Amino acid sequence: MIQTLFGSLDEEKKPSFVELMKEAVSRTRESLSERLEDVVSIGKEIDRSTLDDLEAILISADLGMATTEEVLQKLRHKADRKQIRDISELKKLIKAELFAILTTTGSRPITKVNGTPEVIMVVGVNGAGKTTSIGKLAQTFRSQGKTVLLCAADTFRAAAIEQLEIWGQRTGTEVIKTKPGGDPSAVLFDALQSATARGTDYVIVDTAGRLHTKQNLMLELEKMKRTAQRIVPGAPHETLLVMDATTGQNGLQQARQFTQSAGVTGIVLTKLDGTAKGGVVVAITRELGLPVRFVGVGEKVGDLLPFDAHDFVESLFN
Amino acid sequence: MFENLHEKLQRAFKSLRGQAVLTEENIAEAMKQIRLALLEADVNFKVVKDLIDRIQAKAVGQEVLTALSPGEQVIKIVRDELVITLGQDTAKLKFASQPPTVVLMAGLQGSGKTTTSGKLANWLKNGGHRPLLVSVDVYRPAAREQLKVVANAIKANIYEGTVGEANTATVERLAKEARREAINSGCDVLIVDTAGRLHIDEQLMDEMQSLKKLLNPQEILFVADAMTGQDAVNSADEFHKKLTLTGVVLTKMDGDARGGAALSIRQVTGQPIKFIGVGEKYDALEPFHPDRIVGRILGMGDILSLIEKAESQIDKKKAQELANKALTGDGFSLEDFRDQLRQVRKMGSLQSIIGMLPSVGAFQGLQKAADKVDESQINRVEAIINSMTGYERNHHESINGSRRKRIARGSGTTVQEVNNLLRQYAQMRKMFKQMGKPSFARRMAGMKFPGM
Repeated sequence: MIQTLFGSLDEEKKPSFVELMKEAVSRTRESLSERLEDVVSIGKEIDRSTLDDLEAILISADLGMATTEEVLQKLRHKADRKQIRDISELKKLIKAELFAILTTTGSRPITKVNGTPEVIMVVGVNGAGKTTSIGKLAQTFRSQGKTVLLCAADTFRAAAIEQLEIWGQRTGTEVIKTKPGGDPSAVLFDALQSATARGTDYVIVDTAGRLHTKQNLMLELEKMKRTAQRIVPGAPHETLLVMDATTGQNGLQQARQFTQSAGVTGIVLTKLDGTAKGGVVVAITRELGLPVRFVGVGEKVGDLLPFDAHDFVESLFN
Repeated sequence: MFENLHEKLQRAFKSLRGQAVLTEENIAEAMKQIRLALLEADVNFKVVKDLIDRIQAKAVGQEVLTALSPGEQVIKIVRDELVITLGQDTAKLKFASQPPTVVLMAGLQGSGKTTTSGKLANWLKNGGHRPLLVSVDVYRPAAREQLKVVANAIKANIYEGTVGEANTATVERLAKEARREAINSGCDVLIVDTAGRLHIDEQLMDEMQSLKKLLNPQEILFVADAMTGQDAVNSADEFHKKLTLTGVVLTKMDGDARGGAALSIRQVTGQPIKFIGVGEKYDALEPFHPDRIVGRILGMGDILSLIEKAESQIDKKKAQELANKALTGDGFSLEDFRDQLRQVRKMGSLQSIIGMLPSVGAFQGLQKAADKVDESQINRVEAIINSMTGYERNHHESINGSRRKRIARGSGTTVQEVNNLLRQYAQMRKMFKQMGKPSFARRMAGMKFPGM
């Protein structure tokens, strides 16, 4: 299970995880801290106008207006009463607010029937990094000695199947596929049947990238979900929404629509090794209660890290 | 949040009634709303600040007009300013005096370079060019395979070559070979699809620079995702500094992102947005029109695109005939009515048409109604008309009770529905007749249009 996976990975590679995580968000951290210093110049009293400037900082991290407002509203009361004395206190308060938002999500226990595979469906808009994330995820499971089957249900995009197959070879994982243009539900059916027969631990399903506004494509996801349920009770146990860290406020709409159609249970935040902040996940967690499960920090097979809210917020500000 | 920018502005300006000029004080609330709207559309906050300053400078001191409400007046200033920022003309591709013209595609991972390369090749082909595609993305699994599939689908030429080791030397060799191939095979445009890279990845950015030196491209297009948030300025700025971009392609515009990144990218690079990607099919690439996306960023719809779509889909001659008939007398028959229904349907689903209308003023309710539009209603209307005889279609007054019953049975509807349709038709006919009278044109000219 993914929850238990968090713990075990943490123990095994603790130093490298923290380091990588820090490295991944260091840029965000630097720019945020820098600007915080700008805003709160030494000796200047922290008041409302300081907080107004702060608004711009949070917005530039893609947190969005509503979330920014919520965080600032709480700080404003304190600033009015002159309860915030210096910058470190201000940082601490912002951190606490962000952390509170990111951790209010209850992790949903996975109900899985013994002897059947855990099915993880991976969805998202075009170019978010679904296939790459699946390759990395497969590697994570493989390194734990689990058996994994990949299901190439992106039968639409040119060479998507080939791309997944290369990841299959890299991670020593078999790929169940059909011909391009085939029915995604049919290949899912095949994959789940053979996984059940073989007693495979995990099936990771790659789906075609789709914009959340395309009604018919969203219906296709619903159909795939129904197909999965028919063969493996309770499947898909996880539906991961892959989101590019550069995504702006449209990410919220993506999360809403995919949750409605595909029942998203968690987020994979990719491309966090750039300068993008990925702050939209705070807005998503705040509104939809979806936890961030993993972060993608590079193109190598090991560049997928379990998300830890504490570390995430800490590395932003420390 | 955007849907009601217009409303919010109206509210902000309520207190303004009776005042003669716009001042910094009395437009403060409006500026706040505009700022909010732009930020929610993912326009970079620095760009927003800049814009607001400029808009405020223009608005302050203006007399409150009588023809426009103060809200409309400010929206007009905002719109004009955004159009200026985006550049007013639709940009075109530059071609080399000595072929082949080289177009280098650049961008972050997953922005849509490969798909756009294919669409661009298709667009050039339709314009009478002979494009050659080449992928120098030797890094991402199956990237080159993807371009090959795309090239086959659009029947465009592709230089495949061999990879060997995945490094910069291979990338350069492939590029050189492809150019030679373009010359040898008489292709006049070479489109080079590159690997997605982060703007802070020095090694890969160096590779991009050496590709530029090697190929001396006429166009270096930055492919950017319309859903990009605040970071758009960072990546665009860095790519522009290293490569001196010549244009931008904004992809995934068929989603519901407001596309504020367009403003950000344009502002930091100063380069025009040349194309937008509007779908997964290979013909879903359109020239960019600055004035149109402004409506979208501000939540005011894309009327021009709608008109263009209508123009391309509707048979002009037929429409003209119809108009003449309808306006000059009692020529507008049920048959013509059916023709018109069919024309409208050719433009796509009602939802998609309504989606292009502005979401302010008189159209406001429509957006919400769009979700509930019953497409089958139109099918039923058509079925009813189909169930009439030719005589009936041209002589609606002849449709009596028993004919109505027969028509209802024939179309699988009820007599009430047939009655409804006939009543509506009679109303339309009456309206058309009035429109044909000269007095109508005079009345129209005096009318104020809602929203803008």
